[in-house]
Amino acid sequence: MSSTEIDRQWTTRLRRRAARRLPPEKMLPDTQPAYVASWIYVFGVTTLSALAVVILSGFILALKGPQWWHVSGIGHFVNSLHLWSVEIFFFAMVIHLWGKFFMAAWRGGRSLTWVTGVVTFLTSIATAFTGYVSQTNFDSQWISTQAKDGINSTGAGSFFNVLNFGQMLMWHIVLLPLVAVILTGLHVLMVRAKGVVPPFEEKVEAR
Amino acid sequence: MSESPDVKVAPWTGPQRPYDIIKEGTIAFIVVAILTIGLALVFSSPDDPQVTVQQWSTKAPIDFAQTALSELNGTSGTAQYGAPYNTASAGQQLGPFTLAKWLGATIPVNTVRDFVVDPLTDQPATPALSKALAQWKGASSAQRTTWVDAYTKVSGKMTFANGTVSVPTSAAGPVPVMINTLEQMARSGALDQALVTQNGFYTSNFTLPLLFLADGSYLGDLAQQRHLLGTQWGMMNETGNYPGQAWLWLYTFWYQVPPFSTSANADIQVWGIMMLLSLVLLLVPFIPGLRSIPRWTRVYRLIWRDHYRSQGA
Repeated sequence: MSSTEIDRQWTTRLRRRAARRLPPEKMLPDTQPAYVASWIYVFGVTTLSALAVVILSGFILALKGPQWWHVSGIGHFVNSLHLWSVEIFFFAMVIHLWGKFFMAAWRGGRSLTWVTGVVTFLTSIATAFTGYVSQTNFDSQWISTQAKDGINSTGAGSFFNVLNFGQMLMWHIVLLPLVAVILTGLHVLMVRAKGVVPPFEEKVEAR
Repeated sequence: MSESPDVKVAPWTGPQRPYDIIKEGTIAFIVVAILTIGLALVFSSPDDPQVTVQQWSTKAPIDFAQTALSELNGTSGTAQYGAPYNTASAGQQLGPFTLAKWLGATIPVNTVRDFVVDPLTDQPATPALSKALAQWKGASSAQRTTWVDAYTKVSGKMTFANGTVSVPTSAAGPVPVMINTLEQMARSGALDQALVTQNGFYTSNFTLPLLFLADGSYLGDLAQQRHLLGTQWGMMNETGNYPGQAWLWLYTFWYQVPPFSTSANADIQVWGIMMLLSLVLLLVPFIPGLRSIPRWTRVYRLIWRDHYRSQGA
């Protein structure tokens, strides 16, 4: 087998490209630019941590089924963990988003990082919404019967029926989390590949 | 490529500082996990029990019977909804666009059949009910309308006593027996099952019972007591003193202000606005002017104050 043939392989090209864009020292850095020194930077990793707790608590709820938390004290506690981790997730995510806006974090070829972040935010809203209508309690009855009018008015109600519990549960525990986690992964990889956006350049006044 | 400082930035060549990403991630996870456990222990989570048709018909029998009548005479919210449930109306429109109507009645609901006649047909037969259903099914459409209209005309004088719904008319054919039997069916709990099992033994689709519940006043009254109505910023709230979906504040906000608060097309208008705003947010890096706001406002000076101090800028 010639080296040219190996060079042309899709696998070889993908590996080389990945290694070039994301070398180990970028993927798992041990230093970072000195300007990365503000509390605002905490909210990105806080969002990721809250997402991890959301998924872990969601796993436990999924293990026992959608009705478990109504009849079990432990189940209700796990549901509370799920709820509060979601609240922390959104709180941290919104601050992270505004922080990145005021840093103009799309500069220097980072616009796709911004775009994946916004799409992840919108996907997360849809994921949380389908969770609210899958609770099988008064909240889910009321929220679903109210929300149907907005969604139906767009025509989306034809294939996204918020009154269909089974459909909403599947969106909540399979489809939307999958999209959110993949997007989050891409977002983090882009941040690692491009690095944290540098400050705006400002002229130093002569003294 | 644009040379704008809102698009370009030179790669950093200045000093670096130590950074342990694994340690940072681990500490953040532990802190968030402890915070979550603390919040869950202190505040728990809301779980107001679901409302059943049995509960509704027991606590508000007249409201249930009036709603059943509205399903028969075609005045209920569902009966007049339009797509995706039926073709009774064009539905909401945004300018010339009637998006729901274009997609059609993809989740067909016939309120007479699905909420009244089919559940009654599933009931164990009694002579009175069998006779009433046979009379209804054998009648012409015009005759049915005459009966329902006669019942509707006196429905304001409807009473409920000793488990029976009564209206002062003898011109409504089988309708009084149908409404009264449906009421008794609901109060026994049988209607809850009948509404969800119309498509077989296994089901996870609650479209019919939820539409029926939403057509009555009972569910809305309970929601109002819990401050969950649309006019009370309801979409983003949940029962009890919990934050709910606070991230929907902007979506809910539009419903509180004119012209949306009084518009018949408020849903599609608000959705249109939110879709547009979401698109703008997505495309901020590419929109001149909007992408300059961070540089103009100089909030970044707070974020990178140590950097600028060290630079003497």
